[in-house]
Amino acid sequence: MKTKIFFLCLIVLIFSSCKQDYSISKIEGKRLEINDSIKADNTVDAFIKPYRDKVNKDLDSTLAFAVDTYSKTDGELNTAIGNFMADALYEMTNPVFKSRTGKDIDLVLLNHGGIRSIISKGNITSRTAYEVMPFDNTVVVTTLKGEQIKELLTYLASRKRAHPIAGLQVILNADGSINRALIKGSEIDYNKTYYVATSDYLYNGGDRMSFLKSKDSLYDLDYKIRNLLIDYFKKIDTLRPTIDDRFIQLKDK
Amino acid sequence: MKRRTFIQHTTAAGALIGLGGLSLSSFSPKTTKKITILHTNDVHSHIDPFGPNDGRNANKGGVARRASLVESIRQENPNTLLLDAGDIFQGTPYFNYYGGELEFKLMSMLKYDLATIGNHDFDNGIDGLYAQLPHADFDFVSANYDFKNTVLDTHVKPFKTFIKDGVKIGVFGLGIELEGLVGKKHYKETVYNDPIEIAQDMSRILKDNEHCDIVICLSHLGYFYKNNPDKVSDLVIARQTKDIDLIIGGHTHTFLPKPTIEKNSVGKNVLVNQVGCYGLYLGQIDFYLETGQELKAKGTTIVV
Repeated sequence: MKTKIFFLCLIVLIFSSCKQDYSISKIEGKRLEINDSIKADNTVDAFIKPYRDKVNKDLDSTLAFAVDTYSKTDGELNTAIGNFMADALYEMTNPVFKSRTGKDIDLVLLNHGGIRSIISKGNITSRTAYEVMPFDNTVVVTTLKGEQIKELLTYLASRKRAHPIAGLQVILNADGSINRALIKGSEIDYNKTYYVATSDYLYNGGDRMSFLKSKDSLYDLDYKIRNLLIDYFKKIDTLRPTIDDRFIQLKDK
Repeated sequence: MKRRTFIQHTTAAGALIGLGGLSLSSFSPKTTKKITILHTNDVHSHIDPFGPNDGRNANKGGVARRASLVESIRQENPNTLLLDAGDIFQGTPYFNYYGGELEFKLMSMLKYDLATIGNHDFDNGIDGLYAQLPHADFDFVSANYDFKNTVLDTHVKPFKTFIKDGVKIGVFGLGIELEGLVGKKHYKETVYNDPIEIAQDMSRILKDNEHCDIVICLSHLGYFYKNNPDKVSDLVIARQTKDIDLIIGGHTHTFLPKPTIEKNSVGKNVLVNQVGCYGLYLGQIDFYLETGQELKAKGTTIVV
Protein backbone atom coordinates (compact mmCIF):
# COMPACT_ATOMS: atom_id res chain seq x y z
CA MET A 1 0.00 0.00 0.00
CA LYS A 2 2.78 2.42 0.96
CA THR A 3 4.56 1.90 -2.34
CA LYS A 4 1.28 2.37 -4.16
CA ILE A 5 0.69 5.74 -2.55
CA PHE A 6 4.29 6.69 -3.26
CA PHE A 7 3.83 5.91 -6.95
CA LEU A 8 0.54 7.75 -7.11
CA CYS A 9 2.23 10.75 -5.51
CA LEU A 10 5.02 10.49 -8.02
CA ILE A 11 2.61 10.45 -10.96
CA VAL A 12 0.74 13.44 -9.65
CA LEU A 13 4.03 15.24 -9.00
CA ILE A 14 5.14 14.64 -12.57
CA PHE A 15 1.89 15.97 -13.95
CA SER A 16 1.84 19.00 -11.75
CA SER A 17 5.53 19.88 -12.03
CA CYS A 18 4.52 21.96 -15.02
CA LYS A 19 3.44 25.44 -13.98
CA GLN A 20 -0.25 25.65 -13.20
CA ASP A 21 -2.03 27.00 -16.28
CA TYR A 22 -4.13 30.11 -15.71
CA SER A 23 -6.49 31.82 -18.08
CA ILE A 24 -7.67 35.38 -17.76
CA SER A 25 -11.38 35.35 -17.04
CA LYS A 26 -11.95 39.03 -16.40
CA ILE A 27 -10.12 42.33 -16.71
CA GLU A 28 -11.19 45.55 -15.04
CA GLY A 29 -9.55 48.86 -15.89
CA LYS A 30 -9.93 52.34 -14.48
CA ARG A 31 -7.96 55.43 -13.61
CA LEU A 32 -7.66 57.01 -10.22
CA GLU A 33 -7.25 60.76 -9.87
CA ILE A 34 -4.54 61.96 -7.52
CA ASN A 35 -6.00 64.98 -5.77
CA ASP A 36 -6.24 66.64 -2.37
CA SER A 37 -8.77 64.09 -1.13
CA ILE A 38 -5.86 61.65 -0.72
CA LYS A 39 -3.77 62.13 2.38
CA ALA A 40 -0.05 62.48 1.64
CA ASP A 41 2.19 59.74 3.00
CA ASN A 42 4.15 61.34 5.85
CA THR A 43 7.35 59.34 5.38
CA VAL A 44 7.53 60.21 1.70
CA ASP A 45 6.68 63.83 2.35
CA ALA A 46 9.34 64.13 5.07
CA PHE A 47 11.87 62.63 2.68
CA ILE A 48 11.10 65.25 0.02
CA LYS A 49 11.15 68.19 2.44
CA PRO A 50 14.88 69.04 2.53
CA TYR A 51 15.05 68.87 -1.27
CA ARG A 52 11.92 71.03 -1.58
CA ASP A 53 13.14 73.62 0.91
CA LYS A 54 16.40 74.10 -0.96
CA VAL A 55 14.71 74.44 -4.36
CA ASN A 56 11.93 76.73 -3.09
CA LYS A 57 14.33 79.07 -1.38
CA ASP A 58 16.04 79.60 -4.70
CA LEU A 59 12.99 79.91 -6.91
CA ASP A 60 10.04 81.57 -5.30
CA SER A 61 10.71 85.28 -5.28
CA THR A 62 8.38 87.26 -7.57
CA LEU A 63 9.99 88.69 -10.71
CA ALA A 64 7.03 89.92 -12.78
CA PHE A 65 3.26 89.64 -13.19
CA ALA A 66 1.33 87.83 -15.94
CA VAL A 67 -1.93 89.56 -16.83
CA ASP A 68 -3.43 86.35 -18.22
CA THR A 69 -2.84 82.61 -18.54
CA TYR A 70 -0.83 81.84 -21.67
CA SER A 71 -0.80 78.43 -23.34
CA LYS A 72 0.87 77.18 -26.49
CA THR A 73 -2.46 75.73 -27.59
CA ASP A 74 -4.08 79.19 -27.81
CA GLY A 75 -3.53 80.37 -31.38
CA GLU A 76 -3.17 78.88 -34.85
CA LEU A 77 0.29 79.49 -36.31
CA ASN A 78 1.51 81.88 -33.66
CA THR A 79 0.77 81.98 -29.96
CA ALA A 80 1.21 84.67 -27.35
CA ILE A 81 3.52 82.51 -25.23
CA GLY A 82 5.63 81.54 -28.26
CA ASN A 83 5.86 85.14 -29.42
CA PHE A 84 6.99 86.15 -25.94
CA MET A 85 9.70 83.49 -25.95
CA ALA A 86 11.06 84.35 -29.38
CA ASP A 87 10.93 88.10 -28.68
CA ALA A 88 12.56 87.70 -25.27
CA LEU A 89 15.30 85.61 -26.82
CA TYR A 90 15.97 88.30 -29.41
CA GLU A 91 15.91 91.12 -26.88
CA MET A 92 18.22 89.40 -24.40
CA THR A 93 20.73 87.81 -26.77
CA ASN A 94 21.13 90.36 -29.58
CA PRO A 95 23.21 92.72 -27.41
CA VAL A 96 25.45 89.78 -26.46
CA PHE A 97 25.84 88.70 -30.09
CA LYS A 98 26.46 92.25 -31.27
CA SER A 99 29.12 92.94 -28.66
CA ARG A 100 30.95 89.78 -29.68
CA THR A 101 30.63 89.97 -33.48
CA GLY A 102 29.52 93.49 -34.39
CA LYS A 103 26.53 91.94 -36.16
CA ASP A 104 22.81 91.73 -35.47
CA ILE A 105 20.64 88.65 -35.19
CA ASP A 106 18.21 88.62 -38.14
CA LEU A 107 15.67 86.13 -36.92
CA VAL A 108 14.83 83.74 -34.11
CA LEU A 109 13.43 80.23 -34.54
CA LEU A 110 12.41 77.97 -31.67
CA ASN A 111 10.12 74.95 -31.59
CA HIS A 112 6.53 74.70 -30.42
CA GLY A 113 7.28 71.45 -28.55
CA GLY A 114 9.93 73.27 -26.53
CA ILE A 115 7.31 75.31 -24.66
CA ARG A 116 6.85 72.90 -21.79
CA SER A 117 4.25 74.61 -19.67
CA ILE A 118 1.63 77.30 -19.58
CA ILE A 119 2.30 80.60 -17.80
CA SER A 120 -0.46 81.06 -15.25
CA LYS A 121 -2.04 84.43 -14.59
CA GLY A 122 -0.44 86.05 -11.58
CA ASN A 123 3.06 86.23 -10.14
CA ILE A 124 5.97 85.07 -12.25
CA THR A 125 8.98 83.61 -10.47
CA SER A 126 12.15 81.82 -11.54
CA ARG A 127 10.07 78.68 -11.16
CA THR A 128 7.92 79.85 -14.08
CA ALA A 129 11.02 79.90 -16.26
CA TYR A 130 11.91 76.37 -15.11
CA GLU A 131 8.41 75.17 -15.95
CA VAL A 132 8.31 76.77 -19.38
CA MET A 133 11.90 75.88 -20.18
CA PRO A 134 13.11 72.97 -18.02
CA PHE A 135 15.80 71.97 -20.48
CA ASP A 136 19.36 73.22 -20.17
CA ASN A 137 19.40 74.33 -23.81
CA THR A 138 21.62 77.24 -24.78
CA VAL A 139 21.29 79.84 -27.52
CA VAL A 140 23.35 79.40 -30.67
CA VAL A 141 23.47 81.74 -33.67
CA THR A 142 23.85 79.96 -36.98
CA THR A 143 24.62 81.59 -40.33
CA LEU A 144 22.20 80.58 -43.05
CA LYS A 145 22.49 81.17 -46.78
CA GLY A 146 19.51 81.79 -49.07
CA GLU A 147 18.91 78.12 -49.90
CA GLN A 148 18.70 77.23 -46.21
CA ILE A 149 16.31 80.12 -45.57
CA LYS A 150 14.12 78.63 -48.32
CA GLU A 151 14.22 75.26 -46.56
CA LEU A 152 13.36 76.97 -43.27
CA LEU A 153 10.31 78.57 -44.88
CA THR A 154 9.26 75.31 -46.52
CA TYR A 155 9.60 73.58 -43.15
CA LEU A 156 7.36 76.13 -41.42
CA ALA A 157 4.81 76.03 -44.26
CA SER A 158 4.63 72.24 -44.34
CA ARG A 159 4.56 71.60 -40.58
CA LYS A 160 1.95 74.29 -39.90
CA ARG A 161 2.82 74.34 -36.25
CA ALA A 162 3.14 77.47 -34.19
CA HIS A 163 6.93 77.28 -33.94
CA PRO A 164 7.95 80.51 -32.20
CA ILE A 165 9.62 83.02 -34.52
CA ALA A 166 10.82 86.61 -34.28
CA GLY A 167 12.27 88.90 -36.96
CA LEU A 168 10.56 86.77 -39.58
CA GLN A 169 7.08 87.12 -41.02
CA VAL A 170 5.49 84.27 -42.98
CA ILE A 171 2.09 84.53 -44.65
CA LEU A 172 0.64 81.36 -46.16
CA ASN A 173 -2.02 81.18 -48.84
CA ALA A 174 -5.22 79.30 -48.12
CA ASP A 175 -3.75 76.28 -49.98
CA GLY A 176 -0.72 76.28 -47.66
CA SER A 177 1.80 77.71 -50.15
CA ILE A 178 3.90 80.69 -49.13
CA ASN A 179 2.30 84.00 -50.04
CA ARG A 180 4.94 86.27 -48.58
CA ALA A 181 7.99 86.04 -46.32
CA LEU A 182 9.87 88.98 -44.85
CA ILE A 183 12.93 89.22 -42.63
CA LYS A 184 12.99 92.34 -40.46
CA GLY A 185 10.27 93.79 -42.68
CA SER A 186 12.22 93.41 -45.95
CA GLU A 187 11.99 90.98 -48.85
CA ILE A 188 14.37 88.09 -48.43
CA ASP A 189 17.64 88.40 -50.34
CA TYR A 190 18.58 84.84 -51.22
CA ASN A 191 22.19 85.85 -51.87
CA LYS A 192 22.61 87.24 -48.39
CA THR A 193 23.76 85.42 -45.27
CA TYR A 194 21.38 85.67 -42.33
CA TYR A 195 22.10 85.26 -38.63
CA VAL A 196 19.55 82.95 -37.06
CA ALA A 197 19.30 82.48 -33.30
CA THR A 198 17.99 79.12 -32.12
CA SER A 199 18.62 76.52 -29.43
CA ASP A 200 21.51 74.07 -29.47
CA TYR A 201 18.87 71.30 -29.30
CA LEU A 202 17.34 72.32 -32.63
CA TYR A 203 20.73 73.04 -34.16
CA ASN A 204 21.81 69.50 -33.33
CA GLY A 205 18.92 67.86 -35.16
CA GLY A 206 15.99 68.25 -32.76
CA ASP A 207 12.58 68.40 -34.52
CA ARG A 208 14.41 67.56 -37.78
CA MET A 209 15.39 71.15 -38.54
CA SER A 210 18.40 69.97 -40.52
CA PHE A 211 18.52 73.22 -42.52
CA LEU A 212 19.92 74.93 -39.42
CA LYS A 213 23.36 73.36 -39.91
CA SER A 214 25.70 76.20 -40.73
CA LYS A 215 27.92 75.90 -43.76
CA ASP A 216 29.84 78.84 -42.36
CA SER A 217 30.17 80.00 -38.75
CA LEU A 218 28.31 78.98 -35.62
CA TYR A 219 28.29 81.10 -32.48
CA ASP A 220 27.50 79.47 -29.17
CA LEU A 221 26.38 82.30 -26.89
CA ASP A 222 26.67 80.03 -23.84
CA TYR A 223 23.45 81.61 -22.53
CA LYS A 224 20.79 79.16 -21.33
CA ILE A 225 17.31 79.91 -22.64
CA ARG A 226 15.91 79.50 -19.13
CA ASN A 227 18.38 82.03 -17.76
CA LEU A 228 17.54 84.57 -20.43
CA LEU A 229 13.85 84.16 -19.57
CA ILE A 230 14.66 84.80 -15.90
CA ASP A 231 16.69 87.87 -16.89
CA TYR A 232 13.83 89.05 -19.11
CA PHE A 233 11.29 88.62 -16.28
CA LYS A 234 13.55 90.70 -14.03
CA LYS A 235 13.68 93.42 -16.67
CA ILE A 236 9.92 93.73 -17.24
CA ASP A 237 7.16 94.42 -14.69
CA THR A 238 4.24 92.93 -16.53
CA LEU A 239 3.95 90.18 -19.08
CA ARG A 240 1.20 90.69 -21.66
CA PRO A 241 2.22 89.04 -24.94
CA THR A 242 -0.24 88.85 -27.83
CA ILE A 243 -1.04 86.72 -30.86
CA ASP A 244 -0.12 88.77 -33.95
CA ASP A 245 0.38 88.39 -37.71
CA ARG A 246 3.97 87.12 -37.80
CA PHE A 247 2.90 83.67 -38.96
CA ILE A 248 -0.59 83.37 -40.41
CA GLN A 249 -2.56 81.62 -43.13
CA LEU A 250 -4.93 83.55 -45.39
CA LYS A 251 -8.50 82.32 -45.60
CA ASP A 252 -10.25 81.44 -48.86
CA LYS A 253 -11.98 84.45 -50.30
CA MET B 1 6.90 26.33 0.42
CA LYS B 2 8.15 23.02 -0.97
CA ARG B 3 6.54 21.22 1.94
CA ARG B 4 3.18 22.83 1.28
CA THR B 5 3.11 21.80 -2.37
CA PHE B 6 3.86 18.26 -1.28
CA ILE B 7 0.94 18.23 1.12
CA GLN B 8 -1.33 19.49 -1.63
CA HIS B 9 -0.17 16.71 -3.89
CA THR B 10 -0.82 13.99 -1.30
CA THR B 11 -4.33 15.29 -0.89
CA ALA B 12 -4.77 15.06 -4.63
CA ALA B 13 -3.43 11.52 -4.53
CA GLY B 14 -5.98 10.65 -1.87
CA ALA B 15 -8.70 12.04 -4.11
CA LEU B 16 -7.40 9.96 -6.95
CA ILE B 17 -7.82 6.81 -4.94
CA GLY B 18 -11.24 7.82 -3.77
CA LEU B 19 -12.73 8.97 -7.06
CA GLY B 20 -10.86 6.82 -9.55
CA GLY B 21 -12.70 7.60 -12.74
CA LEU B 22 -12.28 11.35 -12.95
CA SER B 23 -9.86 12.88 -15.44
CA LEU B 24 -6.66 14.44 -14.18
CA SER B 25 -7.52 18.06 -14.86
CA SER B 26 -10.37 18.12 -12.40
CA PHE B 27 -8.09 17.46 -9.45
CA SER B 28 -6.79 20.98 -9.27
CA PRO B 29 -9.46 22.88 -7.37
CA LYS B 30 -10.84 25.84 -9.33
CA THR B 31 -9.29 28.99 -7.91
CA THR B 32 -9.52 32.61 -8.93
CA LYS B 33 -6.46 34.80 -8.63
CA LYS B 34 -6.41 38.56 -8.80
CA ILE B 35 -3.40 40.46 -10.10
CA THR B 36 -3.44 44.25 -9.94
CA ILE B 37 -1.30 46.34 -12.27
CA LEU B 38 -0.80 49.99 -11.29
CA HIS B 39 0.90 52.36 -13.66
CA THR B 40 2.14 55.88 -14.30
CA ASN B 41 3.79 57.54 -17.29
CA ASP B 42 5.45 60.85 -18.14
CA VAL B 43 5.63 61.98 -14.53
CA HIS B 44 8.36 64.42 -15.65
CA SER B 45 9.83 65.11 -12.22
CA HIS B 46 6.47 66.24 -10.82
CA ILE B 47 7.11 65.43 -7.20
CA ASP B 48 5.02 68.08 -5.45
CA PRO B 49 1.31 68.51 -6.18
CA PHE B 50 0.31 71.41 -8.41
CA GLY B 51 -0.41 74.52 -6.37
CA PRO B 52 -3.92 75.89 -5.76
CA ASN B 53 -3.33 78.68 -8.32
CA ASP B 54 -2.23 76.50 -11.20
CA GLY B 55 -4.11 77.42 -14.37
CA ARG B 56 -4.90 73.82 -15.31
CA ASN B 57 -4.07 71.16 -12.69
CA ALA B 58 -4.72 72.97 -9.42
CA ASN B 59 -4.29 70.72 -6.33
CA LYS B 60 -3.69 67.62 -8.42
CA GLY B 61 -0.81 65.15 -8.43
CA GLY B 62 1.97 64.67 -5.87
CA VAL B 63 4.18 61.69 -5.12
CA ALA B 64 3.37 61.51 -1.39
CA ARG B 65 -0.33 61.17 -2.19
CA ARG B 66 0.42 58.59 -4.85
CA ALA B 67 2.36 56.68 -2.20
CA SER B 68 -0.73 56.54 0.07
CA LEU B 69 -2.97 55.46 -2.77
CA VAL B 70 -0.61 52.71 -3.93
CA GLU B 71 -0.20 51.50 -0.36
CA SER B 72 -3.96 51.28 0.19
CA ILE B 73 -4.35 49.25 -3.02
CA ARG B 74 -1.50 46.94 -1.96
CA GLN B 75 -3.20 46.45 1.40
CA GLU B 76 -6.28 45.30 -0.48
CA ASN B 77 -4.35 43.12 -2.90
CA PRO B 78 -0.72 42.29 -2.15
CA ASN B 79 -0.42 40.75 -5.62
CA THR B 80 0.17 44.11 -7.20
CA LEU B 81 2.78 45.40 -9.64
CA LEU B 82 3.63 49.09 -9.98
CA LEU B 83 5.03 50.10 -13.39
CA ASP B 84 6.16 53.29 -15.11
CA ALA B 85 6.22 53.86 -18.88
CA GLY B 86 9.07 56.36 -19.04
CA ASP B 87 9.86 60.10 -19.06
CA ILE B 88 10.48 60.01 -15.36
CA PHE B 89 12.90 62.91 -15.77
CA GLN B 90 12.62 66.55 -16.76
CA GLY B 91 9.91 69.05 -16.06
CA THR B 92 10.52 70.64 -12.66
CA PRO B 93 13.59 72.19 -11.01
CA TYR B 94 14.04 68.98 -8.99
CA PHE B 95 15.54 67.46 -12.10
CA ASN B 96 17.75 70.47 -12.84
CA TYR B 97 18.99 70.54 -9.25
CA TYR B 98 19.39 66.83 -8.52
CA GLY B 99 19.63 65.16 -11.93
CA GLY B 100 16.94 62.52 -11.29
CA GLU B 101 18.26 61.27 -7.95
CA LEU B 102 15.12 62.29 -6.06
CA GLU B 103 12.77 60.81 -8.70
CA PHE B 104 14.47 57.40 -8.49
CA LYS B 105 14.72 57.45 -4.69
CA LEU B 106 11.01 58.21 -4.38
CA MET B 107 10.02 55.56 -6.91
CA SER B 108 12.08 53.13 -4.85
CA MET B 109 10.23 54.21 -1.69
CA LEU B 110 6.94 53.58 -3.50
CA LYS B 111 8.33 50.15 -4.42
CA TYR B 112 8.02 50.49 -8.16
CA ASP B 113 8.62 47.08 -9.73
CA LEU B 114 9.73 48.11 -13.20
CA ALA B 115 10.05 51.01 -15.64
CA THR B 116 10.92 51.61 -19.26
CA ILE B 117 13.00 54.43 -20.68
CA GLY B 118 11.51 57.54 -22.28
CA ASN B 119 13.28 60.01 -24.55
CA HIS B 120 13.56 62.59 -21.75
CA ASP B 121 15.33 60.11 -19.54
CA PHE B 122 18.33 60.83 -21.82
CA ASP B 123 18.19 64.58 -21.07
CA ASN B 124 21.37 64.50 -19.01
CA GLY B 125 22.86 62.13 -21.53
CA ILE B 126 23.04 58.38 -21.32
CA ASP B 127 25.80 58.91 -18.74
CA GLY B 128 23.45 61.06 -16.66
CA LEU B 129 20.90 58.24 -16.62
CA TYR B 130 23.54 55.66 -15.82
CA ALA B 131 24.82 57.79 -12.93
CA GLN B 132 21.36 57.74 -11.28
CA LEU B 133 20.80 53.98 -11.56
CA PRO B 134 22.25 53.26 -8.09
CA HIS B 135 19.31 55.26 -6.65
CA ALA B 136 16.74 52.97 -8.33
CA ASP B 137 15.76 49.80 -6.44
CA PHE B 138 13.75 48.72 -9.48
CA ASP B 139 14.76 47.48 -12.93
CA PHE B 140 14.44 48.98 -16.39
CA VAL B 141 13.30 47.06 -19.46
CA SER B 142 13.69 47.96 -23.11
CA ALA B 143 13.59 45.34 -25.84
CA ASN B 144 14.17 47.54 -28.89
CA TYR B 145 16.99 49.76 -27.65
CA ASP B 146 20.29 48.00 -28.12
CA PHE B 147 22.66 49.40 -25.49
CA LYS B 148 25.54 47.03 -26.31
CA ASN B 149 28.00 49.81 -27.11
CA THR B 150 26.95 52.13 -24.30
CA VAL B 151 27.38 52.39 -20.52
CA LEU B 152 23.89 50.92 -20.07
CA ASP B 153 24.98 47.57 -21.52
CA THR B 154 23.74 44.75 -19.20
CA HIS B 155 21.88 47.29 -17.02
CA VAL B 156 18.69 47.25 -19.09
CA LYS B 157 17.05 43.92 -19.92
CA PRO B 158 14.54 43.30 -22.74
CA PHE B 159 11.95 41.88 -20.34
CA LYS B 160 11.35 40.84 -16.77
CA THR B 161 9.02 38.20 -15.36
CA PHE B 162 7.30 38.21 -11.98
CA ILE B 163 5.43 35.49 -10.12
CA LYS B 164 2.60 36.74 -7.94
CA ASP B 165 0.43 34.19 -6.14
CA GLY B 166 1.53 31.55 -8.64
CA VAL B 167 0.63 33.67 -11.66
CA LYS B 168 3.48 34.46 -14.01
CA ILE B 169 3.56 37.97 -15.48
CA GLY B 170 5.96 38.95 -18.25
CA VAL B 171 6.70 42.61 -18.98
CA PHE B 172 8.79 43.86 -21.90
CA GLY B 173 9.75 47.43 -22.77
CA LEU B 174 9.58 49.45 -26.00
CA GLY B 175 11.18 52.85 -26.64
CA ILE B 176 10.62 55.55 -29.25
CA GLU B 177 13.01 56.40 -32.09
CA LEU B 178 15.58 58.76 -30.60
CA GLU B 179 16.93 60.37 -33.75
CA GLY B 180 15.35 63.79 -34.19
CA LEU B 181 14.01 63.69 -30.63
CA VAL B 182 17.17 63.44 -28.55
CA GLY B 183 20.60 64.82 -29.47
CA LYS B 184 23.01 62.18 -30.70
CA LYS B 185 25.55 63.36 -28.12
CA HIS B 186 23.02 62.34 -25.48
CA TYR B 187 21.95 58.90 -26.67
CA LYS B 188 25.36 58.09 -28.16
CA GLU B 189 25.61 54.55 -29.57
CA THR B 190 22.11 53.44 -28.52
CA VAL B 191 20.62 51.52 -31.47
CA TYR B 192 16.87 51.74 -32.11
CA ASN B 193 15.29 48.57 -33.52
CA ASP B 194 11.86 48.23 -35.12
CA PRO B 195 9.33 47.97 -32.27
CA ILE B 196 6.80 45.88 -34.23
CA GLU B 197 9.18 43.02 -34.98
CA ILE B 198 10.59 43.16 -31.48
CA ALA B 199 7.10 43.15 -29.95
CA GLN B 200 6.15 40.10 -32.03
CA ASP B 201 9.29 38.29 -30.84
CA MET B 202 8.89 39.35 -27.24
CA SER B 203 5.25 38.33 -26.93
CA ARG B 204 6.09 34.92 -28.42
CA ILE B 205 9.03 34.44 -26.05
CA LEU B 206 6.99 35.47 -23.02
CA LYS B 207 3.99 33.33 -23.98
CA ASP B 208 5.63 30.22 -25.44
CA ASN B 209 9.07 30.02 -23.83
CA GLU B 210 8.45 31.73 -20.51
CA HIS B 211 4.85 30.46 -20.18
CA CYS B 212 3.58 33.76 -18.83
CA ASP B 213 -0.09 33.96 -17.87
CA ILE B 214 -0.17 37.72 -18.44
CA VAL B 215 1.94 39.52 -21.06
CA ILE B 216 2.39 43.28 -20.67
CA CYS B 217 4.08 45.71 -23.01
CA LEU B 218 5.50 48.78 -21.28
CA SER B 219 5.82 51.32 -24.08
CA HIS B 220 7.06 54.84 -24.61
CA LEU B 221 6.06 54.86 -28.29
CA GLY B 222 3.01 57.08 -27.92
CA TYR B 223 -0.69 56.21 -28.01
CA PHE B 224 -1.53 56.96 -31.66
CA TYR B 225 -0.53 59.53 -34.29
CA LYS B 226 -3.76 60.73 -35.92
CA ASN B 227 -1.96 62.70 -38.66
CA ASN B 228 0.49 59.88 -39.31
CA PRO B 229 -1.50 56.71 -38.54
CA ASP B 230 1.19 54.38 -39.91
CA LYS B 231 3.80 55.68 -37.46
CA VAL B 232 4.43 53.01 -34.88
CA SER B 233 2.37 53.61 -31.75
CA ASP B 234 0.63 51.61 -29.03
CA LEU B 235 -2.49 51.07 -31.18
CA VAL B 236 -0.32 49.89 -34.09
CA ILE B 237 1.55 47.49 -31.80
CA ALA B 238 -1.77 46.19 -30.45
CA ARG B 239 -3.11 45.49 -33.96
CA GLN B 240 0.03 43.90 -35.36
CA THR B 241 0.93 41.50 -32.57
CA LYS B 242 -0.69 38.66 -30.67
CA ASP B 243 -0.47 37.35 -27.10
CA ILE B 244 -0.13 40.80 -25.52
CA ASP B 245 -2.81 41.34 -22.87
CA LEU B 246 -2.05 44.91 -21.90
CA ILE B 247 -0.05 47.79 -23.37
CA ILE B 248 0.82 50.53 -20.91
CA GLY B 249 1.89 53.58 -22.85
CA GLY B 250 3.43 57.03 -22.53
CA HIS B 251 5.06 59.84 -24.50
CA THR B 252 1.97 61.45 -26.06
CA HIS B 253 0.60 62.56 -22.65
CA THR B 254 -2.74 61.05 -23.63
CA PHE B 255 -5.39 61.24 -20.92
CA LEU B 256 -7.52 58.16 -21.53
CA PRO B 257 -10.61 58.27 -19.29
CA LYS B 258 -10.63 54.47 -19.56
CA PRO B 259 -8.45 51.87 -21.29
CA THR B 260 -8.95 51.36 -25.04
CA ILE B 261 -9.91 47.87 -26.22
CA GLU B 262 -8.23 47.03 -29.50
CA LYS B 263 -8.26 43.82 -31.59
CA ASN B 264 -4.91 42.13 -32.16
CA SER B 265 -3.72 40.32 -35.31
CA VAL B 266 -5.80 37.24 -34.44
CA GLY B 267 -8.91 39.14 -33.38
CA LYS B 268 -8.32 38.89 -29.64
CA ASN B 269 -8.78 41.87 -27.32
CA VAL B 270 -5.80 43.90 -26.13
CA LEU B 271 -6.09 46.64 -23.54
CA VAL B 272 -4.18 49.86 -24.20
CA ASN B 273 -3.92 52.40 -21.41
CA GLN B 274 -2.15 55.68 -20.69
CA VAL B 275 -2.77 58.14 -17.85
CA GLY B 276 -1.71 61.50 -19.30
CA CYS B 277 1.23 62.94 -17.45
CA TYR B 278 2.73 64.60 -14.34
CA GLY B 279 1.43 62.01 -11.89
CA LEU B 280 -2.11 63.43 -12.07
CA TYR B 281 -3.58 59.94 -12.31
CA LEU B 282 -2.74 56.36 -11.46
CA GLY B 283 -3.89 53.65 -13.85
CA GLN B 284 -5.30 50.44 -12.36
CA ILE B 285 -5.88 47.23 -14.29
CA ASP B 286 -7.14 44.17 -12.38
CA PHE B 287 -6.67 40.76 -13.95
CA TYR B 288 -8.79 37.87 -12.67
CA LEU B 289 -7.41 34.46 -13.58
CA GLU B 290 -8.80 30.98 -13.28
CA THR B 291 -7.34 27.55 -13.69
CA GLY B 292 -8.64 25.01 -16.12
CA GLN B 293 -9.03 24.64 -19.86
CA GLU B 294 -12.78 25.19 -20.19
CA LEU B 295 -12.25 28.91 -19.64
CA LYS B 296 -10.20 29.33 -22.79
CA ALA B 297 -13.31 28.75 -24.87
CA LYS B 298 -15.40 31.01 -22.66
CA GLY B 299 -13.15 34.03 -23.25
CA THR B 300 -12.43 37.07 -21.17
CA THR B 301 -14.87 39.60 -19.80
CA ILE B 302 -13.54 43.15 -19.95
CA VAL B 303 -15.00 45.84 -17.71
CA VAL B 304 -13.76 49.35 -18.36
